[in-house]
Amino acid sequence: MSGWWNALADPNTQWIMLGSMLLGLCSGVIGSFAYLRKQSLMGDVLSHAALPGVCIAFMLTGTKSLWQFLIGAAIAGILATFGIGWITRHSRIKQDAALAIVLTVFFGAGIALLTQIQHNGNGNQSGLDKFLFGQAAAMVPTDVRAVAVVTIVLVGLCALLFKEFKLVSFDPGFARGLGYPVVFLEQLLMFLAVVTVVAGIQAVGVVLMASLLITPAVSARYWSDKLNVMVALAGTFGAVSGLIGTMISAGGNHLPTGPLSVLSATALFLVSVLFAPRRGMLSVALARLAARNRIKRETAATWVERKEEAV
Amino acid sequence: MAYAPLRIEHMTVAYQQKPVLRNVSLEVPEGKLIGIVGPNGAGKSTLIKATLGLVPPLSGKVEIYGKPYDKQRHLVGYVPQRESVDWDFPTDALDVVMMGRYGKLGWFRRPGAEDKKAALQCLAQVGMAEYANRQISQLSGGQQQRVFLARALAQDASLYFMDEPFAGVDAATEKAIIGLLNELKTQGKTVLGVHHDLSTVRDYFDWVLLLNVEVIAAGPTSQVFTAENLQRTYGGRLAMLERDSTSVLIANRR
Repeated sequence: MSGWWNALADPNTQWIMLGSMLLGLCSGVIGSFAYLRKQSLMGDVLSHAALPGVCIAFMLTGTKSLWQFLIGAAIAGILATFGIGWITRHSRIKQDAALAIVLTVFFGAGIALLTQIQHNGNGNQSGLDKFLFGQAAAMVPTDVRAVAVVTIVLVGLCALLFKEFKLVSFDPGFARGLGYPVVFLEQLLMFLAVVTVVAGIQAVGVVLMASLLITPAVSARYWSDKLNVMVALAGTFGAVSGLIGTMISAGGNHLPTGPLSVLSATALFLVSVLFAPRRGMLSVALARLAARNRIKRETAATWVERKEEAV
Repeated sequence: MAYAPLRIEHMTVAYQQKPVLRNVSLEVPEGKLIGIVGPNGAGKSTLIKATLGLVPPLSGKVEIYGKPYDKQRHLVGYVPQRESVDWDFPTDALDVVMMGRYGKLGWFRRPGAEDKKAALQCLAQVGMAEYANRQISQLSGGQQQRVFLARALAQDASLYFMDEPFAGVDAATEKAIIGLLNELKTQGKTVLGVHHDLSTVRDYFDWVLLLNVEVIAAGPTSQVFTAENLQRTYGGRLAMLERDSTSVLIANRR
């Protein structure tokens, strides 16, 4: 226990903790909309597609800058979504297969580029290989500040455009009928997801980023039937996952923060599935049991009545 | 001169290469309930969607009260097919109805107390006031349809498009909906609805549009809704029985 407190007192760990929590918050909020728009897998595609984008951005500039990575990842993400759209429109292939094709192609290209960069070895590339699984411990205050800016912009946009995002997620056809720029709003949601992925690449890595986008959102859906509560909860779950992940990691067992955050998010999900009121498995089972007992009692009561009538 | 609520000129719509609507021209009168009738794949829903700009037409022009749709959105209400949305979405009936007010709210503005009052009133009009705070997945099919209808009422439009408002609802709901449509009519509003049950067309609609890719016939129900026109709309797939001077129509189950 004292080991934890010592580790947490370390300003370095505090920065990492703050970064992980902000990242969890972002991904929970934007993930809620992705989940409700049935775009859960899109987070996976965007994060895997980000890898070649980031690699090319690095190869062109030779520096590791979040903003350049963002541009590279955004372009790759847009190409990936267009690719999926093109395949589904111009062939008999359905969306799930198109997602699988595009995801793997981009990821394969990313790995090839990553290997190429490492072999060239211009000395600046160290840490780039961490983009696969992330390394939260490598976060420095400037990185955390960048994540903070991303969080403020993203949460601010979601608050401002809450009504618009809600309608586009629930009924895009109706939104278009009202004259909403539905395509723009959908692209904006997609872009915000790309931004979150890029912000999270360093800490969690492209492979695990999809988990942080979707798991807190799915967990939050178990606890609330109101969108605003669900989004807030998803953000909280994400932040708590980041917090727990960092705490366990800082406990001194040298386990990586990103994967631990993902595991924490999954633990929260399991708790939600089992114990959430009304929708959770336990409460569903209890409700069924109560209903069955009531029916039994009622049936027994009618039997007794009939017997009495017969007598 | 008063403009027609809806005027469509030479509209053609195609998915992929196949035309779904071919050269549709139409002008509907104000203050009528208008049924859009035709077989599956005749382009009934597509006609509504293309009019509202939800699918791009290959050619043609749409005018709502004499102006393009873009300028007249506030005059148009829309009830999509019930299956077009996920009813497990985390929201309640009142919130869905409130969405009908979004068009008048503008960017960033949240719906306020006045919008809530209006939405509650619309829910009451469809007999759903006591379900305002019910999660939408816990409503029956008929209740969900009424919520969609209330949302369209909240749009406070003059011209309504309804895509199969009677699909999968029980007799009581159907009666409630038709009562509401008649009330809209007495307020001088115009309603276009896709309808499948041929036996009720005469009772429900003043005007019919018989559609099968092309406009087969359009006009007052008493003149247009004839056995001959229906044969032309449905091809040979329709059997007809004349009884007590009201024609009962039965679609052949082949």
